[in-house]
Amino acid sequence: MVKMDVNLGGLRMPTPVATASGTFGYGTEYVGLVDYAKLGAVTAKGIRLDPWPGNPMPRHAEVVGGLVNAIGLQGTGVEAFLSKTLPAYRTVSKVPLIANIWGGSVEEYAAVAARLGDRVEAIEMNVSCPNVKAGGHTFGQDPNVLFEVVAAVRKATARPLLVKLAPNVPSIVPYVKACEDAGADALSLINTIPAMVIDIERRVPVLANRTGGLSGRGVHPVAVKLVYDAHRATKLPILAMGGVYEAKDAIELLLAGATAVAVGTATFTDPGVVAAVHDGIVAYCERHGFASVSDLTGNLQG
Amino acid sequence: MRKNEQAKVILHEDCGPGYRLLVLDAPQVAADARPGQFVHVKVPALEASALRRPFSIFNAEDGRLEILYKAVGRGTFALNGVRPGETVEVLGPLGRGFPETCRGTPLLVGGGYGVAPLYFLARRLLQTPKLPNPQTPKLFLGGRTKTDLLALDRFAALGVEVFAATNDGSFGTKGFAVVPLDAELARLRAAGADFELFTCGPDGLLKAVSERAVSLGAPGWISVDRHMVCGVGACYACIQRTVTGNARCCVDGPVFKAEELAW
Ligand SMILES: Cc1cc2nc3c(=O)[nH]c(=O)nc-3n(C[C@H](O)[C@H](O)[C@H](O)COP(=O)(O)OP(=O)(O)OC[C@H]3O[C@@H](n4cnc5c(N)ncnc54)[C@H](O)[C@@H]3O)c2cc1C
Ligand SMILES: Cc1cc2nc3c(=O)[nH]c(=O)nc-3n(C[C@H](O)[C@H](O)[C@H](O)COP(=O)(O)O)c2cc1C
Ligand code: FES
Repeated sequence: MVKMDVNLGGLRMPTPVATASGTFGYGTEYVGLVDYAKLGAVTAKGIRLDPWPGNPMPRHAEVVGGLVNAIGLQGTGVEAFLSKTLPAYRTVSKVPLIANIWGGSVEEYAAVAARLGDRVEAIEMNVSCPNVKAGGHTFGQDPNVLFEVVAAVRKATARPLLVKLAPNVPSIVPYVKACEDAGADALSLINTIPAMVIDIERRVPVLANRTGGLSGRGVHPVAVKLVYDAHRATKLPILAMGGVYEAKDAIELLLAGATAVAVGTATFTDPGVVAAVHDGIVAYCERHGFASVSDLTGNLQG
Repeated sequence: MRKNEQAKVILHEDCGPGYRLLVLDAPQVAADARPGQFVHVKVPALEASALRRPFSIFNAEDGRLEILYKAVGRGTFALNGVRPGETVEVLGPLGRGFPETCRGTPLLVGGGYGVAPLYFLARRLLQTPKLPNPQTPKLFLGGRTKTDLLALDRFAALGVEVFAATNDGSFGTKGFAVVPLDAELARLRAAGADFELFTCGPDGLLKAVSERAVSLGAPGWISVDRHMVCGVGACYACIQRTVTGNARCCVDGPVFKAEELAW
């Protein structure tokens, strides 16, 4: 029996496999299609203080090796989340829930975190969404601003606090340090990578928002590199995501330094990926004689 | 209950230039399918990480699932290569479909491959036994040219009267499907008869039918086609504006009531 539970900065996950924010709705949409028994956490879609309409259509473009999306963080406000969405989730799942939060100001981030209180098992701050001009982008692109917003949320919540970092920075290290100094409990890596697709016949951008964020298979090596860099710079545990389609992808991220992994875009094509990743990690540990999945974290030979 | 089923291809045949009929052995998905619902199909010839493609349920009967589709891009052209005996993964049935009852005459209005869900609907409406005034559905079908008018033989076999319209006048009335529809609406109103509108097709057609339903005070059931990613309500890619805000086409639709839609 491989010990599969992990501790992600105080968040007890029964397995090291989570879902990535924005790809799993509010946790109820995939009931009956995804095997929840294999999940260690569900990350809900991003919420802020008030409901947010998101971007105009079209909101996605398929590319070889991934998906470019500009959903624009359409989401319910924190009140509707607490009164409707969260109770609905609790009736169908016992899996720990990570709320993903964002805002237009430091105060808003802190207010959302405070309002969530202890109703969720952990909070993940999205400071790296490339889609909303007034939102995530600025917070995740300047280590000083990042420190300020993480420190404010830290004061507002006693729950395990994850900060989800932007991949499009010259070095991840100053951002990792800022999170550490501000009292974060864990890091999430990576968010989508800024991207654009053009319809050459009509000579217009495919997305109504013109640009979007790339996710899926193609971003995976980028995620591995950033997790590796971050892990070398900090003792904070890492929840890694980015192009996990099979167990091999997840194991790479664990070996690069992650404590747990999240499946995102892959579930859209195959809701069975979560279970396959979980079972594949177990098989790998057995094959290599690891008693616990935590033994994989950062366990690179050379 | 929606299922992700490995379905064997029974038949895959041409039905006019660019159009194919795909018949699958999918007893689990077919069992619960209702007209207006759709399936999310994993296209075997695409890379394993490619997104699924959504298709209306053209028919579900005796464990078989039929899809009527047009090749328009990478995924649908790749789907063309699937052969009988091969396996296709289908997730469904998904979404909110049409009601299966109707007060008065059901007027079905289709454009292009939008006719697909209307055949299944016509079959079910004819099977519903205990309606107050059971009426045979009438179909108003539009297309660019004669070969874009699909499944005419199948509707004929059901005894459904078809009013065709083509943009180039190569078959039926010259113009859009609303031309023969308006004539029928005038007849029914003069007779004081009840009717409901059911439609699927390009946005222009959907708008025209919605306007008529709202202005005449008749129920209008509008099936909307939006680009989808997950098909189950999780990603918020497939937005349709409604009077109460953004709705997800895949779970709040694809069928909406005419008065709910904001264009
Ligand atoms: C509820 C619903 C029912 C449908 N029923 C039918 C049907 O019965 N018969 C039929 O021929 N077609 C139907 N369609 C349209 C069909 O899904 C698209 O034609 C198909 O996805 C195009 O894929 P592609 O790879 O060939 O095109 P590409 O343009 O290469 O597709 C690229 C991406 O855009 C998406 N996309 C492109 N066009 C559409 C579109 N019109 N609707 C939704 N997504 C699109 C694709 O799924 C893919 O993710 C339906 C769509 C919806 C939403
Ligand atoms: C459609 C879509 C919506 C997303 N929404 C959010 C979001 O609201 N908040 C967030 O922090 N990340 C969001 N992400 C990013 C994912 O959580 C994840 O970090 C990224 O997609 C990389 O993982 P993947 O390649 O497995 O999808 C979204 C991604 C996609 C594809
Ligand atoms: S396709 Fe994902 S929400 Fe509709």
